[in-house]
Amino acid sequence: MSGPLTVIDLADLAATERLARRLAKALRPGDFIGLTGDLGAGKTTFARYVISAVSGRAEEVPSPTFNLVLVYAFPHLILWHVDLYRLRTPEEAYELGIDDALAEGVALVEWSERLGHFLPEDWLELRFEEAAGQTRRVHVRPHGRWIGRWRVLSDSL
Amino acid sequence: MIVLGLETSCDETAAAIVDSDRRIRADVVHLQLADHQPYGGVVPEIAARAHVEVLDSLIARAMTEAALPWSAIDGVAATAGPGLIAGLMVGLVTGKALAATLDRPLVAINHLEGHALSARLVADAPFPYLLLLISGGHCQLLIVEGVGRYRRLGTTIDDAVGEAFDKVAKLIGLGYPGGPAIERAAQTGRAARFKLPRPMKGRPGCDFSFSGLKTAVRHLVHDLAPSGTTVSAVDASDVAAAFQAVVADVLEDRTANAIEQFLVEQPPSPTLVVAGGVAANATLRARLESLANRHGLRMIVPPPRLCTDNAAMIAWAGVERLTLGQRDPLTAPARARWPLAGE
Repeated sequence: MSGPLTVIDLADLAATERLARRLAKALRPGDFIGLTGDLGAGKTTFARYVISAVSGRAEEVPSPTFNLVLVYAFPHLILWHVDLYRLRTPEEAYELGIDDALAEGVALVEWSERLGHFLPEDWLELRFEEAAGQTRRVHVRPHGRWIGRWRVLSDSL
Repeated sequence: MIVLGLETSCDETAAAIVDSDRRIRADVVHLQLADHQPYGGVVPEIAARAHVEVLDSLIARAMTEAALPWSAIDGVAATAGPGLIAGLMVGLVTGKALAATLDRPLVAINHLEGHALSARLVADAPFPYLLLLISGGHCQLLIVEGVGRYRRLGTTIDDAVGEAFDKVAKLIGLGYPGGPAIERAAQTGRAARFKLPRPMKGRPGCDFSFSGLKTAVRHLVHDLAPSGTTVSAVDASDVAAAFQAVVADVLEDRTANAIEQFLVEQPPSPTLVVAGGVAANATLRARLESLANRHGLRMIVPPPRLCTDNAAMIAWAGVERLTLGQRDPLTAPARARWPLAGE
């Protein structure tokens, strides 16, 4: 089941960082966050802010496009930063071990639509879109248990 | 000394046999070509299963090519990281099994160390030397002080340079892999037609950034071809030329800063090594060569076969480490994240 769509305008990188921080605080093991949108829309930038917010300092977060998966193991939370850009079929994407990610921590998955029918029931989708210049628009759609969690979280934005 | 090397850290499965006289006795790589792909190209062998299925036969093939009995192998080197953990495990466990069976030492190799030392497989490159590693997954400047001694001067803060080539190629409708496609298109392009940002240029330090450049190209493409259409061949060539010129400028600028830092240490035989798949680009190579020459550095670029992911460089790193008496226990772990050096 999917919840209602929330459209958020992010005026600049500081606004993107604020949203990432707010989400980072709510994350717990088993969470699946899907990041979608065109090349250059801001998916990796957002993931970088989430990972840095979880760690509490500016983390070196390279693009995971070529390595497919980069794992960040912090004392209180493990984050899997996954990029499905180079993959073509849901089966290939599934082979990356996203089940393992969810068993031990959080999966931040770029190009998550490529998982197709392997997408979990409970997940939060953020679709990034470039507006003018540095401005980004993000379309947030909660699925399953994220419907209630997103309602609480979005009230506090 | 003869070493068998195994590489399974990411897309490709590879086995090679190299000796301490720098002879590559065998070099076998498995590519999974798919013809049903929208852009053609190579499917990443992300599944451990894919590595398992081909590794045994690749090793057998390498032994046949080298025409050597198993007893001639003096050591086994396997990539232990960084990369996809499932693939790494396949190569490392296979390497351990062979080392145990043959009663020969195992060396667990850092994939980046393989790139870092590959120049010494093809040329006399005395330590220390400056290394520019430019590939799909990495963009770093390091001082290679010795085997196992690496000092990082800078790295990309977002996208790697090879990734930028691939993504820009996709944006302007060129094929995969993006590097050769852009280089080809750029030959007839007019770089001066478009003004693109030159990320990090002129700033102190040796870090790189290519994410903003990718976005700038996307804007440009959007202006040239309204949604639903594709850019013309002429436009694509001009964008490719402009993009490649920016990458050349940025690589030159960052490497110049690194050379300055490197020369302060008065290396006896100043050398710049350029490794990684992007080193195959002739335009970039020419710019870097003239930069190196201006500063009195010799430049070494390993041949393309050794610049893309391969097992010969892993076997060679094994030769280097075994020569120094270094080996790893059979309990050596695979490591998904394994930086070569801190800053």
